[in-house]
Amino acid sequence: MGKKTRMTGAKALIESLYAEKVDVIFGYPGGVLLPIYDELFDADINHILVRHEQAAAHAADGYARATGKVGVCLATSGPGATNLVTGIATAYMDSVPMVAITGQVPSSMIGNDAFQEANITGITLPITKHNYLVTDVNDLPRIIKEAFHIASTGRPGPVLIDIPKDITTDELDFEYPESVELRGYKPTKTGHKKQIKRAADIISNAKQPVIYVGGGIIAAEATKELLELAQTISAPVTTTLMGKGAFPDDNPLCIGMPGMHGTKYANYAIQESDVLIAVGVRFDDRVTGKVESFAPNAQIIHVDIDPAEISKNVRVDIPIVGNAKSVLSMLVEYIKEKLNGKTNTAAWVKKVENWKKQYPLYYHKDDKLKPQYIMEQINELYPDSIIVTEVGQNQMWAAQYFKYKEPRTFISSGGLGTMGYGFPASMGVKMGHPDKVVFDISGDGSFQMNSQELATVVQNDIPVIVVIFNNGFLGMVRQWQELFFEQRYSFTCIDDSVDFVKLAEAYGAMGLRVTKSEEVGPALKKAVESGRPTVIDFVVEREENVSPMVPAGAAINEMLDLEVQS
Amino acid sequence: MKHTLAVLVENKPGVLARVSGLFSRRGFNIESLAVGVTDNPDISRMTIVVSGDDRVLDQVTKQLNKLIDVIKVSDLDPTDAIERELALFKVKVDKGNRSEVIQIVEVFRAQIVDVGVKTMIVGVTGTGDKIDAIEKLLRNFGIVEVVRTGKISINRGVKTVKLEK
Ligand SMILES: Cc1ncc(C[n+]2csc(CCOP(=O)(O)OP(=O)(O)O)c2C)c(N)n1
Ligand SMILES: [Mg+2]
Repeated sequence: MGKKTRMTGAKALIESLYAEKVDVIFGYPGGVLLPIYDELFDADINHILVRHEQAAAHAADGYARATGKVGVCLATSGPGATNLVTGIATAYMDSVPMVAITGQVPSSMIGNDAFQEANITGITLPITKHNYLVTDVNDLPRIIKEAFHIASTGRPGPVLIDIPKDITTDELDFEYPESVELRGYKPTKTGHKKQIKRAADIISNAKQPVIYVGGGIIAAEATKELLELAQTISAPVTTTLMGKGAFPDDNPLCIGMPGMHGTKYANYAIQESDVLIAVGVRFDDRVTGKVESFAPNAQIIHVDIDPAEISKNVRVDIPIVGNAKSVLSMLVEYIKEKLNGKTNTAAWVKKVENWKKQYPLYYHKDDKLKPQYIMEQINELYPDSIIVTEVGQNQMWAAQYFKYKEPRTFISSGGLGTMGYGFPASMGVKMGHPDKVVFDISGDGSFQMNSQELATVVQNDIPVIVVIFNNGFLGMVRQWQELFFEQRYSFTCIDDSVDFVKLAEAYGAMGLRVTKSEEVGPALKKAVESGRPTVIDFVVEREENVSPMVPAGAAINEMLDLEVQS
Repeated sequence: MKHTLAVLVENKPGVLARVSGLFSRRGFNIESLAVGVTDNPDISRMTIVVSGDDRVLDQVTKQLNKLIDVIKVSDLDPTDAIERELALFKVKVDKGNRSEVIQIVEVFRAQIVDVGVKTMIVGVTGTGDKIDAIEKLLRNFGIVEVVRTGKISINRGVKTVKLEK
């Protein structure tokens, strides 16, 4: 570029988005956004008009998780901005790169409780990686450059830019900066060499190592390095909910998910490990259970890009701050020198394999329609699809009964556990991967939190497939009531509240209903082959439980079997 | 355990809210906080006194460093740093005890900054202990109002808390 061009703030915003190679944004207009929307009218950016701003944030988030690029959403001041909040918090908890742009009342009116004024930078302070209120149009290009940089580097996260209306009509000499100058932001990349060597020593001598990985592997695109580490030392790998797809579920060394609804063998392996190699994880309470008895015999090595995660929840023996890709490749190199092709873990791998055989994931197969079976069918018919989930039992079955082999194929709200996330997120996923089959695995409760987006997928022809496990309950909460509150199902029954087939049809989408196992495959095929946005209402067993389960506050090897093998 | 942190931040609106918001959100206890601009007008320096064990301090430091507007965080070693607070005491006086107050002020190298018919304002700078000590004595006369700043602190000798160039 180099040459400066005179233009309005609104135009400069669009030019900046071009410079960041943004090809799609999800938004909803309003008074203070009029100048921006006027520019968007003939901009070379695909704008998807949602039906609720929360969906714009989730869609941008889904797009980001599926592509690794920064997702962008746009909302007007006041209620538009506050409607984004759940979506921003969801992205923040799961470290998703996102830029949220909000309109604001004119600068001169800020602080006066003007019409549709909300202090969105104040509101989002604790749920953004950083945020900006633009006070001078000349700062706009720099701020946008910084926002994309901050969102996508280090530990990724959402950044919000609040733009008062007058800034969008003020003029500036536009030039997009080539680099950022942020003296307070220098994320560490490579790990400390000495620490990595120490870790390599410990790992090389480990007899019962377990590799515990999460979203950090996917963010750093370190799946190749992870596979190499696992094979070099021959150690079982457990992937968290956020780490699904970081290590192939069909690899013999894969032991599935740890924690509350993890596999028994993953939890047993962690508890008996002598070295726990934790990479890109944050020892969430849903993983560790009772923290004092987590991995009691293990020396813990923790690799993370965010220094604040080290020793936050669990005491760590060898902390390594750095990007998972670079740290793992160095680690593998040192370990290879030490091991020279040998491994010390044969007996351990055998033991874990036996647990795997003895305690497989299990559900009772009878003539009833089971959600687990539906997931298995999706896995069989469409193994290369991208699975997006809502929250609740549906989310756990989606995690347990589909084989994830590639990163960015399991998209789910882990940290915040946001019901209503999946459907709008699946729109973003599909926009990022139009050639992939995208399923939103949903519950009858969750779907109703953002079902208005049926209008969006129909209007914009975004053929995602919503798979509703319709159990007539807020199932996960009902499960807890069954187990811990004497089956007192207080306000968790939602049966017959809506006809999902008619709902889909009312919006112009396809609606299908399935009540028997043998109809599952044909319905899935019909949905995929139609190429249309589809809702499939699977009327499933009402009181099916997610199993196994670690009760809250228990150690992770104290698991309940809720589906007893007969 | 108390720690004194010297924190260099961007001199921009909203930074104080980011820092104080972080402390309340993460449940860290701020004992005191003082802030002012440095020799570089773009950079402010906060002196924050926090209480907590080493683990808390570790988290505070790391979380502060995560804020984009925080440029540098150092934990000052109290044995190797100068500490100062400023306090103003409005003390009730009458003809009979005015000279007694003046004596105390002299002993503490404090200052009389205002004299009225019924009150006197005593200004004192020093460590927290020194200010506590004079406050205790002045209380005998009746303290009407107290204003104290947070602590500020600086390393002795050549050591500095500055931007690395
Ligand atoms: C926005 C929001 N509100 C409440 C909850 C608490 N919650 C977690 S799971 C769940 C039930 C979900 O019901 P449904 O979508 O039908 O899924 P199911 O568990 O039946 O598969 C609830 C209410 C939540 N996670 N998110
Ligand atoms: Mg349900």
